[in-house]
Amino acid sequence: MRHLLDTKTLSRDAALRILDVAEDMADTQQREVKKLPTLRGKTVVNLFFEDSTRTRISFEAAAKRLSADVINFSAKGSSVSKGESLQDTAQTLQAMGADAVVMRHGASGAPRTLATSGWITAGVVNAGDGTHEHPTQALLDAFTIRKRRFGADSRGRDLSGLAVTIVGDILHSRVARSNVWLLHTLGANVTLVAPPTLVPQDVSAWPVRVLYDLDEAVAEAPDALMMLRIQIERMNAAYFPTEREYSRHWGLDATRLAGLAADSIVMHPGPMNRGLEISADAADSSRSTVLDQVANGVSVRMAVLYLLLAGERDDDGSAA
Amino acid sequence: MTALGHAAESGSSATETLLFRGASLEGTGALDLLVEDGMIVETGVGLSRAGATVVDVEGLVMLPGLVDLHTHLREPGYEASETVLTGSRAAAAGGYAAVFAMPNTSPVADTAGVVEQELALGEAAGFVTVQPIGAVTVGQKGERLAELGAMADSRARVRVFSDDGFCVWDPLIMRRALEYVKAFDGVIAQHAQDPRLTEGAQMNEGVVSAELGLAGWPAVAEESIIARDVLLAEHVGSRLHVCHLSTAGSVEIIRWAKRRGVNVTAEVTPHHLLLTDELARGYDARFKVNPPLRREEDVLAVREGLADGTIDIVATDHAPHPPEAKACEWQAAANGMVGLESALRVVQLAMVDTGLITWPDVARIMSREPARIGRLEGFGTPLTAGHAASVTFYDPSPVRTFSTHDLRGRSTNSPYLGRELPGEVRWTLHRGVPTVVDGALLDEPGVRA
Amino acid sequence: MSTRTVLHEADIARALTRISHEILESNKGPQNLVILGIPTRGVTLAERIGSLVSEFGGESVPVGSLDVTMYRDDLHRNPTRSPRPTQIPPGGIDGRVVVLVDDVLFSGRSIRAALDALQDIGRPAVVRLATLIDRGHRELPIRPDFVGKNLPSARDERVFVRLAEVDGEEYVSIEGR
Repeated sequence: MRHLLDTKTLSRDAALRILDVAEDMADTQQREVKKLPTLRGKTVVNLFFEDSTRTRISFEAAAKRLSADVINFSAKGSSVSKGESLQDTAQTLQAMGADAVVMRHGASGAPRTLATSGWITAGVVNAGDGTHEHPTQALLDAFTIRKRRFGADSRGRDLSGLAVTIVGDILHSRVARSNVWLLHTLGANVTLVAPPTLVPQDVSAWPVRVLYDLDEAVAEAPDALMMLRIQIERMNAAYFPTEREYSRHWGLDATRLAGLAADSIVMHPGPMNRGLEISADAADSSRSTVLDQVANGVSVRMAVLYLLLAGERDDDGSAA
Repeated sequence: MTALGHAAESGSSATETLLFRGASLEGTGALDLLVEDGMIVETGVGLSRAGATVVDVEGLVMLPGLVDLHTHLREPGYEASETVLTGSRAAAAGGYAAVFAMPNTSPVADTAGVVEQELALGEAAGFVTVQPIGAVTVGQKGERLAELGAMADSRARVRVFSDDGFCVWDPLIMRRALEYVKAFDGVIAQHAQDPRLTEGAQMNEGVVSAELGLAGWPAVAEESIIARDVLLAEHVGSRLHVCHLSTAGSVEIIRWAKRRGVNVTAEVTPHHLLLTDELARGYDARFKVNPPLRREEDVLAVREGLADGTIDIVATDHAPHPPEAKACEWQAAANGMVGLESALRVVQLAMVDTGLITWPDVARIMSREPARIGRLEGFGTPLTAGHAASVTFYDPSPVRTFSTHDLRGRSTNSPYLGRELPGEVRWTLHRGVPTVVDGALLDEPGVRA
Repeated sequence: MSTRTVLHEADIARALTRISHEILESNKGPQNLVILGIPTRGVTLAERIGSLVSEFGGESVPVGSLDVTMYRDDLHRNPTRSPRPTQIPPGGIDGRVVVLVDDVLFSGRSIRAALDALQDIGRPAVVRLATLIDRGHRELPIRPDFVGKNLPSARDERVFVRLAEVDGEEYVSIEGR
C-alpha cells in the first residue's frame, strides 16, 4: 500500500486486510508490553493543518506503539500560518526524512495533491481532508461494528447484510462519505438521514437510501446507528433554523434510543455535542461504542502504518 | 475615429508585399490574396505581382484575423502572470489579430487614464490590436458606476464594459448601466454569477462535487442572473452581452430571449465546448475555472447553441496564472486557463471535425461577430480588395500533442497539455504586418530573419 | 532442477515421536511445559508434538502459536507480510519452560525474532527450540535443542516441508539449482 487517501478506491481485499491486521494489533495492546519493534527507525510526521487533538494523538500512539519516531507539525503558529505553501512545507518534511506523512487539511483533495505532486517520496495517509474523506475513521468504524457483531470470530469477515444508518450533516461530512464507500464495499446496506439542506444536491450515484425522518429510520431497526456531530455555526448559513429544532428532529434522544433493537449499537466519531445530536443517556449507554471506537482507532491506525511502511515500498499510487 | 485610425498614427511597418497563393475559405474555391501597405489590394485566381513575396498556402484555410472579445492581459499590476506584450504574442500565435482586454487589472481599468495606458501598451507591442474593456463600476465593487462616458470618449474608445471576475449583482446598478451606455452604443458584458448562491464555490454542483467534497457552483446561479438581465435589457431597450455562457439552461434562456427580440449576444469559451467536470477528479487545479467546467449535457447543449446561432461567438477568457497559483490544493488555487494559443484548434476539434459547423461559420464566430459586438472597426471585414489585411492562414490537417512549446505567453496553466489537438496556425497578419510566419511567431512584428 | 525427497510421511512421524520423548527426557517430565509453534507449519508441528508429549507424559501440555512477523529484521526487503495470530495459552509463559517449534531452521533470524516477541509477552524460565529440519547456514549464534533431521544444503537450494493439515500431503524435499 503506497498511500491511503480514501475508501472510495479501497478494494474489499485491501479493506479486509487492514481490518484483520488491526485484529493482531489489538491483541498486542492487551499485553503488558504494548510496544512492537516493527517500525523502528521509521519517521512518521503528523502534518495537521487543522486542529485535532484526538486524531493526532491516536496516530501518534499508533506510530509509537510500533516504535516509529513521531514528529508533530501543526499549522498554527508555524510558517504555514504565515503563508508557506503546501509545496514548501512538504519539501521541508522530505528533507527531514519523513517516511510517512499523516495529513489533515481543510481543503478537500489536499492529500491527493501532495501524494501525486512528486514533492515527497513518503507515503501519505489522509487523516481528514476538507469535506471529502477520513478513511481511517471509516475503517475503525467498520472494525468496531464487526467486533461488536462477531467478537473473537471477526477475522476474515465482512459486513454483508448489516444495516447501518448514518445521521447528520452529510453534506459537510468526510466521515459520512468514507463510511458510505467502505460500508458498501464490505457488503452493508447504508441509509442516510438528514434535513434536506444537509444532503448533497445529487447523491443519485451513491449506494445509499436517503430519508429525512429519523423516527422512520429507527423503526427499521438498523444494526448500527451512527450519529454525526452537527456544527452549530451551520445555523447561520440557514441550513436549519435553530439548535432546538435540529435536536428535536434529528437528535438521538431517550425515546429513539429505546426504540432501537436490542443488539443495535450507537456510534459517534466524536467529539460529541451531548444534548444536541446525541443525548447523554445514549452516549453513555451500553449500546454506545464511542470508547471502543477510540481504542479501535489506535489498532486500525497501527495496521495502516504497518501496511504502509513495513514492506518494500511499491511504486504504484493505489492502495494495495 | 476608427481602429484603423490608431494604426495610421502609430505607423505600421507593412513594407513587404505578400502574395498568398491557393488558400480557401472552405466551400469557396481556392483564391490568391495580394497584400500591400496593410490592405488587401487584389483577390483572384492566378495573380502575380512583380516584387511580391509569394507564399504557397495551398490547402490551408483562410480566415479573417481572429478577434477575441474576452482576454485577461494582467497588465497593469499582475505582470508576473502576463503582460500586454506577452499576451499579444500568445494571441498572434493563436491566429488572433485583435483582443479585448478585461479591466480586472491593478489598478482596475475604470478610468480614461488606465484604458489609454493599456491601449498604448498594445500599440507599442504591435502584435495585435489591443482594445481595452472598461469596468462597469468603480473598482469593480458593484456600488457606483465608473466614468463610462470618459472611457468611451478617450483615445481607447471603449465600447464594451464589464466587471468580469465579478457579477454586477445589484439589479438597480445593472439597469442603470444598461441604460447609460446606450448614449454611446456601448454594451455591458455580464459575468453571470449570483454571489450568494456561489459563496466558497469550487466546481460545478452535481454528482462529481458531491463525491469530491468540493463546494458546488450551481447552474442556477448563472441562469438566474441571465434571465434577470435579458428582461432588464428588454425593458430598457439596451444591448446586453453574456460572457462565458456554460450551461444548457443558459442556452435555453438566450434562445427564448432572442425569440422575443431582446438585443442580447452571448459567448462561449473553447474549454466549455470540450471539457467536463469529471476532470476535477484527481483535484488537478489546471481544471479549476470560473464559470466551472460543467456536465456532458451542458457541453453538448452549448455546442448546439453555438452551431445554431443562439451563442454568437467564441471568446477565450484567456486567464494566465503563475505556477504557485495552480500547483497547490484545489481550494487554494486560482480560477482560470490560458486559451489564446489553443482556441482555434479546440474549436476545430469540438465544432468543425464533429460536423456541427463549417469554416465560414468559424470566420463568423471568431472574427466577424466579435468585432461587430465590440464595435471594433477594421476587423472581421471581408477578405476582398479594399479591406484591412488582418488574415489568418490555418492548416487543419496535422494532429499534434499540445505542450508548453505551443504556449507563447508568460504562463503555462493550460488544460490541454499532453492532449492531442488538430491544426496549426501557419500565418497571422495584423493589418498587413506578419506576426506568425510558416508556423513560427516572429520576435518582432513584420521583421523576418 | 532436481528435487529429492528426504523425509517421507513415516519418517516425519518417527522424528516427531523422538523429539517428543527428548523433550520429556530433558525436562524430566511434562510439568511446566508450554509448546509454541511459529506460523505457519511450526504451529501444525507444535500441535502434533504437544499431543504426543501429553500422551507420553501423562499430562495435558498447553500448546499455542507465536507470530514473529512484527519482530523480523528483513521486513523492508520483502513485500508486506500479513501477520498471523499469536495465541498464548491461558497459563501464560511467565516462569514456564517454553519450547519453540519451527519447521526449518536456517539463518536463525526467525528464532531471534521469536525470542524478542517472547520477551514482550512475559519472562519464561527457560526457552528451548525444536525444529523438524536443521539445514545449516546460521547467521546468528542460535542452536536447536531438538532436531528431526540434520539436512546439509547449499545456500541456494530450497527446502520444502509439506504437512497434511496444511498442504494435503506429507513430505520434506530439497530442490537443487
